[in-house]
Amino acid sequence: MAAPPPTASHPGRTLTIFMLVVVALGGLMFALDSTPTPNLGLDLEGGTSITLTATPTDGGEVTSEALQTAVEIIRSRVDGAGVAESEVTTQGSTTIVVAVPGVSPDALVELVGTTAELRFRQVLAAGPGFAIPTPPPVTGSPDPSASPGATTGATTAPATTDPGTSLDPSSAPAALGGHRGSSVQSGIAGLAGLANGTTTSPATTSPAATTPATTAPTGSDSPSPTTSATTPSPADDPTGEAAAVAAYAEIDCTDPANLQGGNSDDPAKALATCDAAGGTKYLLAPATVLGTDVTDAFAGLPQTGVGDWQVNLEFNGDGADSFGAMTQELVVAPPPTNQFAIVLDGLVQSAPRVINAILDGRAQITGDFTQSEASELANVLKYGALPLRFETSDVTDVTATLGRDSLRAGLIAGLIGLALVLVYATVYYRALGSVIVGSLGIAALITYIAVVLLSEWIGFTLTLAGIAGLIVAIGITADSFIIYFERIRDEIREGRTLRAAIEHGWLRARRTIIAADVVSLLSSVVLYIVSIGNVRGFAFALGLSTAVDLVVVFLFTKPLMTWFGKRQFFGEGSRWSGLSGDRLGGRNRPGGTPGPSSTRAARLARTAEEA
Amino acid sequence: MSRFGNLGARLYKGEVSYDFIGKAKTWYAVSAVLLLLSLGALVLSGLDFGIEFQGGAVFIADAPGGTVAQARDAVLGAGVDAIGEATVTKLGGDSIRVETLALDLPESTVVREALADALGIAPDEVQRQLVGPSWGGEITDKALTGLAVFIVLVSIYLAMTFEWKMALAAIVALVHDVTITAGIYALVGFEVTPATVVGLLTILGYSLYDTVVVFDKVRENTRNILGSNRWTFAQAANLAVNQTLVRSINTSIVALLPVLGLLVGGVFLVGAGALNDLALVLLVGMAVGAYSSIFIATPLLVQLKEREPAVRAQKARVEARQALVSPAAGATVTGRELPGAAGAAPVISRTRNVVPVGQRQQPKKVSRERRTTPPPKKRP
Repeated sequence: MAAPPPTASHPGRTLTIFMLVVVALGGLMFALDSTPTPNLGLDLEGGTSITLTATPTDGGEVTSEALQTAVEIIRSRVDGAGVAESEVTTQGSTTIVVAVPGVSPDALVELVGTTAELRFRQVLAAGPGFAIPTPPPVTGSPDPSASPGATTGATTAPATTDPGTSLDPSSAPAALGGHRGSSVQSGIAGLAGLANGTTTSPATTSPAATTPATTAPTGSDSPSPTTSATTPSPADDPTGEAAAVAAYAEIDCTDPANLQGGNSDDPAKALATCDAAGGTKYLLAPATVLGTDVTDAFAGLPQTGVGDWQVNLEFNGDGADSFGAMTQELVVAPPPTNQFAIVLDGLVQSAPRVINAILDGRAQITGDFTQSEASELANVLKYGALPLRFETSDVTDVTATLGRDSLRAGLIAGLIGLALVLVYATVYYRALGSVIVGSLGIAALITYIAVVLLSEWIGFTLTLAGIAGLIVAIGITADSFIIYFERIRDEIREGRTLRAAIEHGWLRARRTIIAADVVSLLSSVVLYIVSIGNVRGFAFALGLSTAVDLVVVFLFTKPLMTWFGKRQFFGEGSRWSGLSGDRLGGRNRPGGTPGPSSTRAARLARTAEEA
Repeated sequence: MSRFGNLGARLYKGEVSYDFIGKAKTWYAVSAVLLLLSLGALVLSGLDFGIEFQGGAVFIADAPGGTVAQARDAVLGAGVDAIGEATVTKLGGDSIRVETLALDLPESTVVREALADALGIAPDEVQRQLVGPSWGGEITDKALTGLAVFIVLVSIYLAMTFEWKMALAAIVALVHDVTITAGIYALVGFEVTPATVVGLLTILGYSLYDTVVVFDKVRENTRNILGSNRWTFAQAANLAVNQTLVRSINTSIVALLPVLGLLVGGVFLVGAGALNDLALVLLVGMAVGAYSSIFIATPLLVQLKEREPAVRAQKARVEARQALVSPAAGATVTGRELPGAAGAAPVISRTRNVVPVGQRQQPKKVSRERRTTPPPKKRP
C-alpha cells in the first residue's frame, strides 16, 4: 500500500505543536484584549448605519480615488460631529457605509450625504489655528469702506497684465508656488500681519477691497461679487464678510467640530475656516473659481526632469478666465492675500502663493511635495472637478435592545445547530463522533480567536449575516470529517487494517476535501470582493471558517486519527468505536490480514478503483 | 443506525446498488417538470420582493403592551401623507413591525415619534430602516456580477482539476438548483430580501461542493477505464454515486441541521428577520443541491463522456463481455440484494440480470470455450 504520510509517524508531535500554536494565539488574543470579544456590527450592538451610493455629478465613472476622497471627507464630518468609534468604509466600487454607534440624530444622517464641493478662494488672512480674542471683529467691519486705496491698487494690477504674459513664453504653463508647507509659513506671516492688523489692518486684511477688484476684470463670472460691488453697504453684508471676519477671530481649529466640513461653504460668501489638519485658520474671500471648472489634475515631475513633484491643473474655458483673473490680481497683492486657498468641503486643503498670472488655464502647483502629497492634492482637485453626489440608499437604526436580541438569537441558533450536529455525529459515528466533537470544538475556538484578532487588526466586525455564515459553515466543516471517516470505512471494507485504512483513506480524502474547500473558498472570496451590504459579512465568515476547516482537518483531525489508530479501543475495532470491521461489513483484525469473508467484496471494490 | 452503516458497506461493495445513471431519463423528466414549474411560477406570479428592493420604511418597536391596532392608528394618524398604507404585523416576542412606502428622513422621524408615543416607549427604542428604491437592486446587481465571476473561475478550476465535461455538468446542476430554488420562492410566495440573495449565493457554493465530492469519486473509479474491460464509464460512475451515497446523505443532514437551528432561532427568537430568510432559502436550496449532484450532475457527465468515441467503443466492448459472462453470474448474486434494489444494479438494461459487481467477473473464471462461443439464446 501507499507509504504513510510523514505525519503518521509523529501524530503526537503534530498535535502538540498545533495545540501550542492555538494556545499561543489565544494568549495573543488575551494580551491584546483582556476581555476578548469581537467587534459587533450595528445590527447586533445597536446603532445607525447609513449606506450611501455615489454617482458622479456629470454622469462619469466613479473612480476609486474619488470614492476614497469622499470617505476622507465623510470621516472628517462624522469625527467632527463628535461621534466616537464611528466607521466609514467603502463597499464595492460605488458604496460607502457609515456606521455610527447609538441612534444618531437626523442632522448627522443629512450631513454625511451632502455633496462636497471644491472652491478656489483668495486668502484674506491666515493665522495659527486657535481663537484670538482681540478686536479684529471690530476692525473687520470698517475695512471695506476704509480701504479704497487697496482696491485701486488691486484693480490696476490686472490692467497691467505684463508680468503674466511676459513670463508665459518662458515657462509655458505658468507656475504657482507654495503648498501646505509653505502656506503654513505664510500663515505665520499672516499672523504677523494680523498682529499688526490692529494697527494696520486696512492694508493687510482688506476683504471687501479685493473682492470687487477681482470681479471688475473678470466681468460677470460669478454673480456674488457683482452684488457686493453694487451694494457697498457693509451693514447688509451680502458676502458675509463682516460675519466671516468675526468668525475668523473666534474660530478654534483645535476643536474637531471646526474640522467637520459639511455644507457651510457658500461660494458667494466670505468664509472663515481651518485647514484640514487644523493647524492654520484662514479668512477667505468668496469663491472665484469653482471646482467643477477643473477639467484635470494630476501629479507629475517637471518636464525638465529637475525638481520636486508638482501638481498640474487644467481648467475649462470659464475656469481659465476666472482663474486667470484671480491670479492676475493675486500676483501683485501683498502677502498673505497673494495666496489662494483650495477649499474642499469647507476646509482648506492647500493655499499656494501665486507667482505668475495664469491665463491659459494650465497651472502648476509646486513646492517640496513628495509623490504622495502631490497625488493627494491632485486627487482632491480631481474630486472637485466631478464631485460625487450621494444617494442615501439605506438608513437603519437598530436599538440596543433589538441588537442584543438578534445577537442572542444568532448565538442560540448556532448552539442549536452545533448541538444537533454533535448529536448526529455521535449517534452515527459512535466513538468516532468524539473526534468530530473535538475537531468542531477546536475549529470553533480557532474561529473565535481569529474573529477577535481580525477585529483588532483589520477592524472586522461581526454582523448577524456573519454569524449566519459561521453557522452554515458548521455543516461544511463537519462534512470534511464525514468525507474522511467514510473513506476510512471504505478502506476497512476493502479489508485493510485500521491503521492502514486511516493513512490510506487520508490520502484519498485529502484530495476531495481540498477540491471541495477550494470551491467554497473561491465563492466566498469572489462574493467578498464584488458584493456589498450583508453579503460581504456573510462571505467573510464563510471564507474564514473554510480556511479554519482546512487547518483543523490537516493539523488536528488527521493526527488525532492516527494517534487513535494506535490505541487499543479503535485499533481493535471495538463495537462502539464506529470503526468496527464487522459492523462495516469488512474485517479489521489488529495488524492482521484481511479476513476471508471480506476478501471477495474487497477485491471487487479494489478492482473498481484500480480499474 | 447500524443498519444504515451496513447499507453503506453494501453500497460500497456494490451488493446493493441503486441505478442512478441508467434511469437518467426519469430524473431528467422530474427535473424538467420542476424547471418548467419554476420558470412558469417565475414568469406568471414572479418573486415577492421585500421593501429592500422597492424602497420603503420599516419601523420595529419592542413594546410589550402595544397592539397592532394602536400602532396602525398612530402611524396613519402621524400626518405624513407619503405613508400611503401601512402594513403592521406582530413579530415574535413583543415586537411590532410597521412597513410603509418610502419616507424621507424628517417624515420618518415624525412617524417614529408618533409610533413611540402611542406605544409608550421612547423614540430611540423604535428601530427604523429607510431604504432607497435602488438599494436592493444594487445588492442584486453586485451579487449577479459576483455570480458570473464565480462561475467563470470555478469552471476554470474544475476544468483544470477534473476536466471540462465535469465542469460543464457541475455548472448545469448549479443553474438547475438556483432556478428551482427561485421557482419555489415564486410558487410559495416567500418574500425575497437581501438575506435571501445571500442564501442563494451560498447555495451556489454548496451545490458545487456537493458535486465536487461525487465527481472526485467518479474520477477515481474511472481512472484508466479505457484500458480496462471490466466496467463501462456509466457503471463506474454509478458505483461512485452509490459509494458516496452515505456520505451525501450524512453531509446533507449535517449541513441542514445548523440551518434548522437558524430557522428555529430566527422564527422563535427574533421574529421575521435576516436569519429566517437566510435559513429558509438554504433549506430549500441545499435539498435541491443534494438532489442534483446525484441525479443530474452525474448522469449528465456520463452522457457527455459517452459522446467520446473512445468511451463508446469501450462501452460496447464491456457490454459484449458482460453479456458473455451473464449466464455464469446472474442468479447467484441477486439473493444478497435488498428487495427494492433487485435488478437495479445493472446499468445496461439489455442485460438486466447481470450484476457487474458483487461477483468476480474476470474472464479467466469463464472457460475459453464459453467466451468464444456465446450461447445464442442470450443474444436476442
